[in-house]
Amino acid sequence: MAMTRQKVLDQYFMDARHKLIDIAAFLDRVDRAEGDADFRLKAFRDAMKRLDDNGKDRAHDVLMAFSDPTGEPIAVAHGKGACGAWPGQGE
Amino acid sequence: MRFIEPHAHMVSRTTDDYADMATAGCVALCEPAFWAGFDRGSADGFRDYFRQLTEVEPRRAANYGIKHFTWLCINPKESEDMALAADVLSVIPEFMECPNVLGIGEIGLNKNSRNEIKVLQQHVDLAASHDQMILVHTPHLEDKHKGTRLILDVLKYDSRIDPERVMIDHVEEHTIGMVLDAGHWGGMTLYPESKCSPARAIDMIERFGSERLWWDAACDWGPSVPLAVPRTACEMRRRGHDESLIEKVIFENPKTFLSQSDRFQL
Repeated sequence: MAMTRQKVLDQYFMDARHKLIDIAAFLDRVDRAEGDADFRLKAFRDAMKRLDDNGKDRAHDVLMAFSDPTGEPIAVAHGKGACGAWPGQGE
Repeated sequence: MRFIEPHAHMVSRTTDDYADMATAGCVALCEPAFWAGFDRGSADGFRDYFRQLTEVEPRRAANYGIKHFTWLCINPKESEDMALAADVLSVIPEFMECPNVLGIGEIGLNKNSRNEIKVLQQHVDLAASHDQMILVHTPHLEDKHKGTRLILDVLKYDSRIDPERVMIDHVEEHTIGMVLDAGHWGGMTLYPESKCSPARAIDMIERFGSERLWWDAACDWGPSVPLAVPRTACEMRRRGHDESLIEKVIFENPKTFLSQSDRFQL
């Protein structure tokens, strides 16, 4: 690690603060909106819990929270895009 | 600063991008075959695309003093159509002796389907039977971790494949360890959204070391930044890293991997 903790804060605090407020505003926006949410909101909230983890693997853990945990190939690819969160078996 | 851009889809970029990359110190770039944003209708469409990669783009790059290299395949996004994939696989050998072709890529998986895996296995067989290096695309977002595991299984199953001649691209924090543990090289793709940020890419160098790793922009027709590699190098400098380490990541490492092909000459 080339930086001290103080230098990390100097270099990245404002950017992280900006992104955190954006996430807060996103959640407010979702709550203000009408209609049902889908699996992505639950995945997002589950992933946020990983931020409280101790240690140095939060990025890994958040990525895993959004990941397909199964091991078998799917039968057919019906589309090309990914949506960012695993919908669960049978979705 | 000199750097190699080891993954760029220049058919989607303007001449100004070539000029900017040359100005920033790019001496060579590699352009793997990829999805055009729509499904091509026939193998002839791919034949034309492969001519673009082996004839046209090298000339555009040379105008700015940049060496252009390429990798050939049918991208996993078009691999669900097994008949089209078979046709394209039969066309690839026509281009394998072109002087800027480094190997087979970017092959891999997209949605982790059975047909995608079959076409991946066929590409791996093509590479092995022609002694070609391999560049692998790993799936995005929720499909990446599972897809990377499936890809590593396919590669491990073929005993002809030397892991050190395979680059697994688009690694992130949850896949980089398994790729390096399997003996492959890993690429971090620097995207303004959805993939890896410059800060995270530097974090991974700090945590996993600098061996068998490179950065790339994978700039294409989507939101992407052709100068992502030199900009990340600047951020690495701001963190206080030595110039020798920066040069290793953005120049020496890609040079070392790519030089496993005799055709990669700077």
